[in-house]
Amino acid sequence: MKDEITREDRVANLKGMGCSRKRVEDARFTQGKGNYVDDIKLPGMLHGDFVRSPYAHARVKSINIDAAMALPGVVAVLTAKDLEPLNLHWMPTLAGDKQMVLADGKVLFQGQEVAFVVASDRYVAADAVELVEVEYEELEVIVDPFKSLQSDVVLREDLVAEDGSIPNGAHGPRKHHNHIFTWEAGDLEATEQVIDNAEVVATEEMYYHRTHPCPLETCGSVASMDKVNGKLTLWGTFQAPHVVRTVASLLSGIEEHNIRVVSPDIGGGFGNKVGVYPGYVCSIVASIVTGVPVKWVEDRMENLMSTAFARDYWMKGKISATKDGKITGLHCHVTADHGAFDACADPTKFPAGFMNICTGSYDIPVAYLGVDGVYTNKAPGGVSYRCSFRVTEAVYFIERMIEVLAIELNMDAAELRRINFIKKEQFPYTAALGWEYDSGDYHTAWDKALEAVDYKGLRAEQAQRVEDFKAGKTRKIMGVGLSFFTEIVGAGPVKNCDILGMGMFDSCEIRIHPTGSAVARLGTISQGQGHATTFAQILATEIGLSAESITIEEGDTDTAPYGLGTYGSRSTPVAGAAAAMAGRKIRAKAQMIAAYLLEVHDNDVEFDVDRFVVKGAPERFKTMKEIAYAAYNQAIPGLEPGLEAVSYYDPPNMTYPFGAYVCVMDIDVDTGVPEIRRFYALDDCGTRINPMVIEGQIHGGLTEALAVALGQEIAYDDMGNVKTGTLMDFFLPTAWEVPNYETDFTVTPSPHHPIGAKGVGESPHVGGVPCFSNAVQDAFRPFGNRHTNMPHDHWRIWQTANNLGMHD
Amino acid sequence: MSNKMHVKLNVNGQDHEFLAEPRELLIYALREKLNITGPHVGCETSHCGACTVTMNGKSVKSCTVFVAQANGAEVTTIEGLGTPDALHVLQESFKEHHGLQCGFCTPGMITRAAKLLEENPNPTEEEVRFGIAGNICRCTGYQNIVKSILSAASELNAAKEAAQ
Repeated sequence: MKDEITREDRVANLKGMGCSRKRVEDARFTQGKGNYVDDIKLPGMLHGDFVRSPYAHARVKSINIDAAMALPGVVAVLTAKDLEPLNLHWMPTLAGDKQMVLADGKVLFQGQEVAFVVASDRYVAADAVELVEVEYEELEVIVDPFKSLQSDVVLREDLVAEDGSIPNGAHGPRKHHNHIFTWEAGDLEATEQVIDNAEVVATEEMYYHRTHPCPLETCGSVASMDKVNGKLTLWGTFQAPHVVRTVASLLSGIEEHNIRVVSPDIGGGFGNKVGVYPGYVCSIVASIVTGVPVKWVEDRMENLMSTAFARDYWMKGKISATKDGKITGLHCHVTADHGAFDACADPTKFPAGFMNICTGSYDIPVAYLGVDGVYTNKAPGGVSYRCSFRVTEAVYFIERMIEVLAIELNMDAAELRRINFIKKEQFPYTAALGWEYDSGDYHTAWDKALEAVDYKGLRAEQAQRVEDFKAGKTRKIMGVGLSFFTEIVGAGPVKNCDILGMGMFDSCEIRIHPTGSAVARLGTISQGQGHATTFAQILATEIGLSAESITIEEGDTDTAPYGLGTYGSRSTPVAGAAAAMAGRKIRAKAQMIAAYLLEVHDNDVEFDVDRFVVKGAPERFKTMKEIAYAAYNQAIPGLEPGLEAVSYYDPPNMTYPFGAYVCVMDIDVDTGVPEIRRFYALDDCGTRINPMVIEGQIHGGLTEALAVALGQEIAYDDMGNVKTGTLMDFFLPTAWEVPNYETDFTVTPSPHHPIGAKGVGESPHVGGVPCFSNAVQDAFRPFGNRHTNMPHDHWRIWQTANNLGMHD
Repeated sequence: MSNKMHVKLNVNGQDHEFLAEPRELLIYALREKLNITGPHVGCETSHCGACTVTMNGKSVKSCTVFVAQANGAEVTTIEGLGTPDALHVLQESFKEHHGLQCGFCTPGMITRAAKLLEENPNPTEEEVRFGIAGNICRCTGYQNIVKSILSAASELNAAKEAAQ
């Protein structure tokens, strides 16, 4: 057979790893043909809506549903009393706590679900919500976690024994009735000793404010109970559909094979859609009760008030060093405000997520971390908003401590980082708090970044600007924000990481069709990351069929193999690895088929792009298309027909992407308006699958970082009222506020991942937040600033300038 | 119900008549009565722009227009911009420049961008950024959206020149 095209062309035709393949998802999205949960319309479908508590802490004295039930079109109004016989008035949280589905005797945060109205359409449901009469008796509200730990007010009466004693929680002993857990890592005594005897110590307290992932699509579900066949189908905004199926089975008693969970197109997740929410449970119950499908979709205010906040960490740090800047120890204590129920989405053994990555990218010999979780009258949640579990908090903490230490040492913060980086030859590196970093080359990345932005030139310009400001020549000051981050993603080894007991492996199943095209299904679910495009690229390279001929399916638990879903940048590190491994199984069988067809020994053929060739005789080959056809249509001795493979991948370790970011910012001290002049982002995510998609992820993650650092927050007043419940008050940047970003990269493959990839979606958020914040704080450093808390909105920046006497 | 009104709409060139309560929002009439689900609901307060449609020649947030206000109007949604066989230039360029990720804002964004390019066929980057500031995207950071729109503008202009 004559080969018509060059090897180069064959590689290009494959559209495999490394090329900027255009996304296959885009055709439907650009034509308005996406299928999101609110687009689902089933015959006879009813609409659910919640009666929510206006109070942050109150007893529910009575609920009168008569007027609501009398409204034409209202089919049911569910309260905790209706759910109790099914044992569904409370549900387990992902953090080992439990949470009210509907208010059981009291409410613990503003916006808490009190009753669920089911009606013929959304308007009737909304009208009926207004007609449900709830009598409340207000109780003392606690929104401050420090006060909570001192208060006599018991928030969770269900967690206090009858004799008044405080039983252990899911994560061990509790110190107070409003205390959830203490979690520790590292060596306290050794750390204290080092810090007490250090030449230089810097201490700082910082509040990483509460915020919210706020994807553009809110959370929702459609439940359809088919009573004839005993099957429940549940469509919803689920970042982990298989976990939802298992939880739904455990809660409802419906056998798992009788439940089908489908995540249709998801309009952004960012952590918001990891949790299990009362709305999902109520739509299921309502469908069981009414016998028809029931839809529940929250509105924006409900989304911001009740489903999945992020952060809310009060962090206290001490960092010690020698006089010349070598870091010797790190101490961190966190008071973590978890709200009314501990519904954090973390692996079971890690109630503070991977906060113990807080030694960052630095070789710190000894460290200690203690975290105390606390109940308050705020919404539950504690999800990882565009980051692996609590990694944004950890990286913000260390990147601020480095800056504060630089001030203490009167040293350049870039140089301080450089002399403390873990060195290339130290990898795999075991950090003081236990993690084994797989690979890294921090010095190379840092040097490349600083050179790209002309760091020395920027500092000279900044010094001149300070002079000019002091001389009255300008009212704009200039900041150079630095951050160097190490992520920890791809949870995770099953031995360490589980959610509700389910090990955090992931999976891929491939079926090659006789004509040489394929369908592959994975246990993950895209929410905009472009899995249908990029996973096909991994498979194309592994099995030698064009990505254009490979359909990727996710999100339907009836067809996809079991997996733990998409969050914590785990899709490429775990499911991507499963895809590669399944692809290699296909290839192994294909090799035997090729050898048979070419009448040589198995070991005499080798894989080459899209075919197996006879070693030393490249003109003799069988393409993967030919092999696929033969697999189904030719009797091959000793081989079963067909060409399929499945892989369940339990990663041996997490992956550790890293990056170096620099932000150049001008700040008008009279208006407090920051202007981002330049943002340079160097990311090392190991092997790069699709550079276009990677860049898109970085632009998006940086923009979410900008939002969090410069204005976005979920704020409460003392009464527990949410002050930022609409997009009027909750800051989402528009095109007008967002700069153009410069992206760059180095490639340090993960040594343990089959294709060396590390994951990238969350890196820009993790590295971006401290970079934007450091830029603001660096601008004020020459004027005496040490630390100010985020979010750095215009008002707070103005206040900083004012406090530093810059308006005098 | 007794307080329903008779609503006439022309959507994407097609006439529709239906009964609706005057308070029903245009977005729900489109999505739930006419099954035009391209425009999405992101906030119901006019902030996010996921529901953007063109009504009587102007970009509007259909989540804050009552059907009573829209009665008799001509409405264009993403479904009316192109067909699978003849995509609008913007639909092509958003794919080409990776101007979308989760796709939820995309129908509103492209509908707005199409109107923007009618209003200002040769916008600067700044004008594009200002012109789409009513449409929020949580995924892309806008950089590639702006690129997509500027590229579509040059393509449209080149096509116009070629036609002259």
